[in-house]
Amino acid sequence: MTEKISLINKEGIRTDGRKLSELRPIKLEVGILSNADGSAYIEQGKNKILAAVYGPREVHPRHMALPDKALLRCRYHMAPFSVEERKSPAPSRREIELSKVIREAFEPAIFLEKFPRTSIDIFIEVLQADGGTRCAGVTVASLALADAGIPMKDLIVACAAGKAEGQMVLDLNDIEDKEGEADVPVAYMPSFDAVSLLQMDGLLTTEEFQQAINLALDGCKQIYVLQKEALKAKYQAIKEAAEVPEEE
Amino acid sequence: MPFLYENRQIVTPGDLLAEGDYLAGFNAYKHDSRIYASRLGLVEYRGRKIDVVALNTFYVPSVGDLVIGKIVESNLHGWTVDLNSPYPSILRTSEALNRPFRPQRDELSEFLDVGDMILAKVISFDRTRDPNLTIREPDLGKIKYGQIVKVSPAKIPRIIGRKGSMISILKKETKCNITVGQNGLVLVSGRNREDERIAISAIKKIEEEAHTSGLTDRITEMLRKEKGEVIQ
Amino acid sequence: MTSVMVSRIRRQQIAQLIADGKRLDGRGQKDYRPIQIESGIIGKAEGSARVRLGKTEVMVGIKIDLGEPFSDRPNEGVLTTNAEFVPLASPEFEAGPPGEESMELARVVDRGIRESKAIDLEKLCIVPGKKVFVVFVDVYVLNHDGNLIDASTLASIVALMNTKIFKYELKDGEVEKKPGFSPLPLKDIPISVTFASINGKLVVDPWLDEEEVMEARLTMAFSKDGRICAIQKGGAGILSPQQIVEAVNIAKEKTEELRKIVVKS
Repeated sequence: MTEKISLINKEGIRTDGRKLSELRPIKLEVGILSNADGSAYIEQGKNKILAAVYGPREVHPRHMALPDKALLRCRYHMAPFSVEERKSPAPSRREIELSKVIREAFEPAIFLEKFPRTSIDIFIEVLQADGGTRCAGVTVASLALADAGIPMKDLIVACAAGKAEGQMVLDLNDIEDKEGEADVPVAYMPSFDAVSLLQMDGLLTTEEFQQAINLALDGCKQIYVLQKEALKAKYQAIKEAAEVPEEE
Repeated sequence: MPFLYENRQIVTPGDLLAEGDYLAGFNAYKHDSRIYASRLGLVEYRGRKIDVVALNTFYVPSVGDLVIGKIVESNLHGWTVDLNSPYPSILRTSEALNRPFRPQRDELSEFLDVGDMILAKVISFDRTRDPNLTIREPDLGKIKYGQIVKVSPAKIPRIIGRKGSMISILKKETKCNITVGQNGLVLVSGRNREDERIAISAIKKIEEEAHTSGLTDRITEMLRKEKGEVIQ
Repeated sequence: MTSVMVSRIRRQQIAQLIADGKRLDGRGQKDYRPIQIESGIIGKAEGSARVRLGKTEVMVGIKIDLGEPFSDRPNEGVLTTNAEFVPLASPEFEAGPPGEESMELARVVDRGIRESKAIDLEKLCIVPGKKVFVVFVDVYVLNHDGNLIDASTLASIVALMNTKIFKYELKDGEVEKKPGFSPLPLKDIPISVTFASINGKLVVDPWLDEEEVMEARLTMAFSKDGRICAIQKGGAGILSPQQIVEAVNIAKEKTEELRKIVVKS
């Protein structure tokens, strides 16, 4: 039926032209939605993902409010047109699992105890998907939280690594995820060398898994730098424009 | 001397600001012997204390704050007020009327109704209950004139300026009454709509450029230019 | 009213003991609770098993049906895993559609079986692109006293090991049953080990109170040949990269032990 696609050529170049440990090109924008308290947008390769944060705000339904901290909720959702075959808008089992796993990635980072009896709601909408959406979703939601002025211990950054055609690769795209041997998504707090999301599916020896984690953490550290730049960008631009000495 | 950033540099959550025997001020926290930023903002090293002047925050009530809010609900006990805060606040009738409330004869909605804006003061707030307000002091109560502009609460200090320097310039140049709510709402009341518009655009500019230097001069210049154009 | 919430005193006791390498129920860091395995208990199911892990009790039933393959895998049978937190299992479980916890449980159990290629799905293909065997793995939680993941994985794999499919003949593209059964074609025996991280220390097979107190949960599933086939971190806390390495080493050792118990049963 279909011929087996080659994921990596003889020169070690992948289907999208990348080297084995190269990230996809990333574009980040912060503060793009006017209604949400915080928002951000990411393009990572062909992934296009929007994140918005509402909160801290009153909890609805009221009985769910926690007396000693904010209630953190997260919805990871894929738009019906985001994938090759239209996806039903109803939350799938995968989306429910990812919503949980992503929420748990943020819980250790946010100062939830500062805002009892409120809720902080994170919305991640995947507009176009090409593999690694949960990691890109975590990365962009971090910026939305910072944009909303929600105090955090650190930004959370995420990246996946894995194995494709026998080689360890960083930041798997969709075809590498589907046809490859393993995928290891990781979310990380770089200031504390702490992992807040870790999953793996596939088959890896313990040594290969170690390599995958190291590769993923390295990717995380690179993306962390981009996150910081994106947060500062708007303000740097205003600063530079305003403080230019006037030329008469 | 482990100060890892320059004063007034922009920092992000998780940035290590200093290591050693320092105190974490606003929007910063201490872990082991390290001070980290918890919000996006400008770091300020003040002796042993390290603050981060946040670029954007939401309003968390503090007792004594002057606030501007909107009545969103009314019932027998008083009103619920929206302060643009995660916490809805309560104005009890006992804190609104200067005499006892007589349910048979007083019609609360004639006094304050849903949709009204009020200038109030926060009298209580803790982790277990919603904030309570009062309007029983002079100058507090229903707002009848002027326009209200909403800014990020983080910018309120800049709008006031050191020892009120910025707000004095705004008042002097636009001849408007300007009342600043700690919750990010600012009431501008002038002789005419045009004066109010100029004041509001100045406030918006301060909000946008609060993190830059030389702002006071630029605002003064902008206000003089605007007035110059109007006279022509 | 019954609350599973752990009192402050107990929390402190658990945390303090663990700092000394001990646990409230006397176990060591790497000790599992007593495991009881029964198989083939539900005659009407094609395969079944019940596992007691300490007081946690999970039953798994396997049903086999005929169905269509997935469009992108036309030559393979279909595996589908479901988990139900039966309300009688805990005062905290409510009747109703599956919540996020039972969804996660089902998907983690499924991952271990699927990624290790435990079931030879190609052998379950009858007419490529049209007709295949569908294997329904239904995890039924009967009593929740902690570590549902490991109990469910054990019960699932034991149930699969005693699953029988009916023999059949293809007549004009229609499936006709023949007398007799063949065992479900299995290629691997995936086993999972779940840790709780409490005050930065890892312990295996957390019971309910330890789960209430833990910062994070880490599950690792291994295939027969010692390769990792699934990992899932759960919980609102963090893990250090060092803890992850420690977990890999302990899990590799424990999955071999547990597999021996499974094979013997």
